[in-house]
Amino acid sequence: MVVATQSQDAGKGSDKVIELEEITVRFAGDSGDGMQLAGTQLTDTSAIFGNDVCTLPDYPAEIRAPAGSLGGVSGFQVHFGSRKLRTPGDTINALVAMNPAALKTNVADLEPGGVLVVNEDAFNKVNLQKAQYETNPLEDDSLKKYQLFKVPMDRLNAEACKEAGLTGRAAGRCKNFFALGVVYWLFGRSMEPTLKWVEQKFGAKPAVADANSRALKGGYYFGETAEMFTVRYTVAPAKITPGKYRRVSGNEATAIGLAAAACRAKKPLFLGTYPITPASDILHELARFKNFDVRVFQAEDEIAAVCSAIGASFGGALAVTTTSGPGMALKTEGIGLAVMTELPLVIVNVQRGGPSTGLPTKTEQADLFQAVWGRNSETPLCVLAAATPADCFDMAVEACRIAVEYMTPVILLTDAYIANGAEPWRIPDEDSLPRLDIEHPTACEDGQRFRPYERDDKLSRPWAIPGTPGLEHRIGGLEKSDGAGDVCYDPMNHEHMIKTRRAKIDKIADTIPDLTVVGDESGDLLVLGWGGTYGPILSAVERCRDDGVNVSCAHLKYLDPLPKNTADVLKRFKQILIPELNLGQLRTYIRATCMVDSVPFSKVQGMPFRIGEIVAKIEEVLSNGKKS
Amino acid sequence: MSADATTVNLTPKQFGSDQDVRWCPGCGDFSILSQVKKALAATGAKRENTVFVSGIGCSSRFPYYMSTYGFHSIHGRAAAIATGVKAADPELNVWVVTGDGDGLSIGGNHLLHAVRRNLDINILLFNNRIYGLTKGQYSPTSPYGKKTKSSPHGAVDFPLHPLSVAIGAEATFVARALDVNVKHLEYVLERATQHKGISFVEIYQNCVIFNDSAFEYASGKDTKDDQTLYLEHNRPLVFGKDKKKGIRLNGMDPEIVDLGDGVTEDDLLFHNERQAEPSLAYLLSRMRYPEFPEPMGVFRCVERPTYEDMMMDQISAAREKQGVGTLKSLFEEGETWEVN
Repeated sequence: MVVATQSQDAGKGSDKVIELEEITVRFAGDSGDGMQLAGTQLTDTSAIFGNDVCTLPDYPAEIRAPAGSLGGVSGFQVHFGSRKLRTPGDTINALVAMNPAALKTNVADLEPGGVLVVNEDAFNKVNLQKAQYETNPLEDDSLKKYQLFKVPMDRLNAEACKEAGLTGRAAGRCKNFFALGVVYWLFGRSMEPTLKWVEQKFGAKPAVADANSRALKGGYYFGETAEMFTVRYTVAPAKITPGKYRRVSGNEATAIGLAAAACRAKKPLFLGTYPITPASDILHELARFKNFDVRVFQAEDEIAAVCSAIGASFGGALAVTTTSGPGMALKTEGIGLAVMTELPLVIVNVQRGGPSTGLPTKTEQADLFQAVWGRNSETPLCVLAAATPADCFDMAVEACRIAVEYMTPVILLTDAYIANGAEPWRIPDEDSLPRLDIEHPTACEDGQRFRPYERDDKLSRPWAIPGTPGLEHRIGGLEKSDGAGDVCYDPMNHEHMIKTRRAKIDKIADTIPDLTVVGDESGDLLVLGWGGTYGPILSAVERCRDDGVNVSCAHLKYLDPLPKNTADVLKRFKQILIPELNLGQLRTYIRATCMVDSVPFSKVQGMPFRIGEIVAKIEEVLSNGKKS
Repeated sequence: MSADATTVNLTPKQFGSDQDVRWCPGCGDFSILSQVKKALAATGAKRENTVFVSGIGCSSRFPYYMSTYGFHSIHGRAAAIATGVKAADPELNVWVVTGDGDGLSIGGNHLLHAVRRNLDINILLFNNRIYGLTKGQYSPTSPYGKKTKSSPHGAVDFPLHPLSVAIGAEATFVARALDVNVKHLEYVLERATQHKGISFVEIYQNCVIFNDSAFEYASGKDTKDDQTLYLEHNRPLVFGKDKKKGIRLNGMDPEIVDLGDGVTEDDLLFHNERQAEPSLAYLLSRMRYPEFPEPMGVFRCVERPTYEDMMMDQISAAREKQGVGTLKSLFEEGETWEVN
């Protein structure tokens, strides 16, 4: 916990209030306990208060794993602060554990001296057994290094909800709001935003709304009244760029970006997709956007999902398919067809732990090779990667821009970490978005036959759509003659087309920003990252620089093509460190494309990097560099 | 769309492209190509509004031989691609050309789902009961025991029956035709394109190279009258050279009876293509050579809302209720706050 100032509070009794720069709170309970909702509410309340916020949900693949079991624990971590935050926090300052299993699986992340709030009522014999505790940890010395608060939440919550008229079981479901109330009191949060949310959400069910409000207030007033919590903590608002904000998860930002691009392009957005964790929330979001002429097609499988999107693109829509690793594998042949037919198509891969079914709900960034090289033959396309939840918006718009400008499929890589994580998003000025002007050809010169593979200076072919008289043409997976677009088996034409398709992707580099360096433009060490590792890498480098360490960082959001200055930037540093959530895919790629070697830093545990891990690695690499 | 009611219909020839047709001489596909062009001309189709989508296989070269928009895609996926085309522009006249391997083997899943969704698409399944383009392996419609290069001792798979599959998925229009019966084929194709909703047409197509005469029973001069039965709506099921034989129901089972000797047409099973329940159509699809004459023509033709109409209705309703979406409303949905 970073302490900014300490003060004796004049508020409630003799409570001490400690002001902190940042706090990380984690809610942990059964996967049916509503921990995600409690976390989301704390996030929103903190953001509305003016903190910077960064979140990380962590949940099991099973929707309702056996109650009380270790495998069924669901967590939600909220990091809020009075300064810019880029990660959900390395260690947690406060843990709310709703049962023994939640305690067991999460307490190791709690800092010594941290706040530990447990639902004492859940620590019964059965639950202790399920969590494989031999003795009750609340009654032995095992938790003595934490500030332990034993709250009989079942009982107090039932009491608080009694007058709402819900049955015992339904009232029990409000327990998460009771816990949230305790947290709100402990961290000086206002209950208003959540009470307002309850009203909106459950307005049609007054008893439910009433019970949730009572539970929240019950928890808050318990904190205030029970002489248990002698210290409270506050975090002042952060200095944030002025503007209008909302909270977005990466998946929400992706969905909004895709819909916004379609609005800019004045086109219907077609989403062909198949449900898959952790990408389904993009489908759920877009399915709500009917009034934006978003046409959502839930296909019979991943193959139909991509193929329907290809068909829709041929038909003139802005077409998208969304998935995760196993789905990407199934879409591969379809993506090859999109490359061959040179149709605009955006493919979003929300990466998860693999291989195969792997760790469906956990994060990883091991699909870079698949995105860049994972197709039969020479099948180049554009590959982008978003850096943060809010950046998913920008990169989704950018993927659409490139797709229609260059008539190419574009793969946008995000990952479970940024897709499910959330942060405040400054609502952009409409005019700051790319225009996405699309010109469909409308006619041929008199007597001329339409040439579907005639190229412009970007090597892009015309997007003539069915319904246009005179431009009737046939496309497909067979090799076509350049220009005329007829089926063509000529050897020289084939080589020419292979090279042209590659050259077209390379040309995209003309319209993307240069790679920028944070810190000195040259020096001993550059930390290079891509995609969702942006937050921990930048935070680690800033921390090192604050300590006077000579280290810089750069972050790749364009993987194919790379920014034109990539090799130049890398060659200005003595050493390059590449932290990534795989066994070194970017490292291999950079070696192949830029002829630059680097020090790998791999982590493949289904979890994002901690800032501290990268800081330690930076120190290690620098000290090794000095020795050699 | 630029549908101009005053323009005269195009001729069948105008639906042909300048590409050389590269099917084997004598292939049944030639006849199907001709009848499709005739059906398009007869129904006043416009080249610019017509899209042919195909997968992979001999039949799937079809789009190259048409002067309409066309998409020769990948193996088995034509139905999925056509779904996207139709969703992007519901006004288009979309056709899927597929074969027994493309449509029922690798693409079986897509076919099934396109059918149950009832998109207004015409699916033509060219059934030659063999893999032609890969040079003669047995297909999912090859009969049990079929000896081919990949089944020298006889295939041990039991075949799929395309119409039973389509009816099982409750296709709203189901028909069968024969490549060489050109008038009837054209009639069936016209009916298919006029139907609003999914039209599933199985076309018996002779592969002269790898499965010649597979449909000799249905096309041969001496056998066709006894081995096929041409369906007519509201008419009894009669067949044979002099229409002296008929199909009668015995309990749940069809049986062949001779007319006369107390058996009249009124005793026979009457065809009703508009029956809401698909049971009759399914029963007809189970009548197979050599036990029964195989029914030809329209098995089923019923009305149901199409996928694309319902999809667009939802969009219109949302726009009416919430207003046409703007960037501002997209961005500022839900909880927002100002930072000064």
